[in-house]
Amino acid sequence: MKQIPTASQTVGPFFGIGLGYLCNPSASAQGDTVNVHGCVLDANRRPVSDAILELWQADPDGHYPVNPNASGRAAGFLRLATDDTGCFRFTTCRPGHVPFDETRMQAPHIVVLVFARGLLRHLITRMYFPGESANTSDPVLQSIAESRRGTLIAHRESADTLEWNVVLQGADETVFFAW
Amino acid sequence: MSEITMVEQALEGTQPEFCHPPYVSSIARSPRSPLLLLPRTLSERTGPVFGHGLVGPGDNDLTAQHQGQPIGERIVVHGRVLDEDGRPVRGALIEVWQANAAGRYRHRIDQHQAPLDPNFTGTGRVMTGDDGYYWFRSIKPGAYPWSNHPNAWRPAHIHFSLFGAGILSRLVTQMYFPGDPLQPLDPIFNSIADERARQRLVSRFDIEKTIPEFELAFNFDIVLRGSSDTPFEDQRR
Repeated sequence: MKQIPTASQTVGPFFGIGLGYLCNPSASAQGDTVNVHGCVLDANRRPVSDAILELWQADPDGHYPVNPNASGRAAGFLRLATDDTGCFRFTTCRPGHVPFDETRMQAPHIVVLVFARGLLRHLITRMYFPGESANTSDPVLQSIAESRRGTLIAHRESADTLEWNVVLQGADETVFFAW
Repeated sequence: MSEITMVEQALEGTQPEFCHPPYVSSIARSPRSPLLLLPRTLSERTGPVFGHGLVGPGDNDLTAQHQGQPIGERIVVHGRVLDEDGRPVRGALIEVWQANAAGRYRHRIDQHQAPLDPNFTGTGRVMTGDDGYYWFRSIKPGAYPWSNHPNAWRPAHIHFSLFGAGILSRLVTQMYFPGDPLQPLDPIFNSIADERARQRLVSRFDIEKTIPEFELAFNFDIVLRGSSDTPFEDQRR
């Protein structure tokens, strides 16, 4: 018989004491690294200074890591807390292309979970990379209305620096996925 | 050739609404546009794998992290982490954090006029065994006031964060204690419409697991989304 999953509750404002130990703004650098920064913003474009982002991504060859590193930390995973100004930054390797199904590929992307005080359930979104020709054939990106698709694609600031904001609500609200 | 299925949706009422106006902070922080259906691709079927090295000896005893014993009722919290098929989730990383017995968190932004306990940090970690079982020792956290509405108090609770098989099984929740009169008044607890789903966040007092003259015991089983028997199925093909 199917069990009903346990209900979610907000991470609250005090998660730092329990989750902070794993916050790490940079993945072990291999291959082509990229610096990403941005802010988490609420409906009034006020910065959300008590949010946590968790990132899950493939390696540069498009493989999702299955083994933790020597200290037990999960490879391909980053946890970031926003600072007092609601902003975050991280450095990671550019993920490779991963399969969508047996015939199609997905453009490089990072799966992003968003937790915060005020969020009773976490949000699921994705960050894609600007200027990737594969974006135009990515089945997930292409399933999103053109007017909102851009919220999932980071902006290029320089060759190795990107900006990507997470807007929880409002006119330029980030696309989030249902669960 | 396998069909791509969409990410499964929770049964109505069994998860909180993103916007639950009695919980004031949810109003400006919850999306208004409809959430989109996401195909369950390899990105969603995989997830972080943590090693046992992340959890040190004693990380599951929150009463033994300082020179002395913390003030409060000593408790053990134990249970099993299961998947939706009722199978144990082995190697699931559980992170917990909580207030001390006086209802104060060891966090710079907690301004509650209650004492910190020099012998209590309020954080722990544990990884489930092959049978999905976990336990940790702590003290019962106190209730504390918050500014959501006049005379608002959070019922006693312990925060839980869990990683199962795959990123979609990620869960952050709170465990409550039986018989707490603050629960019916708490907008966070009551954000779950379904009565049974809500009550499953309340741990069960477990007289069998108590240690006479030493500690009380509470049982809290957790069900993670998805099925844990075939993680990374597609990578093995």
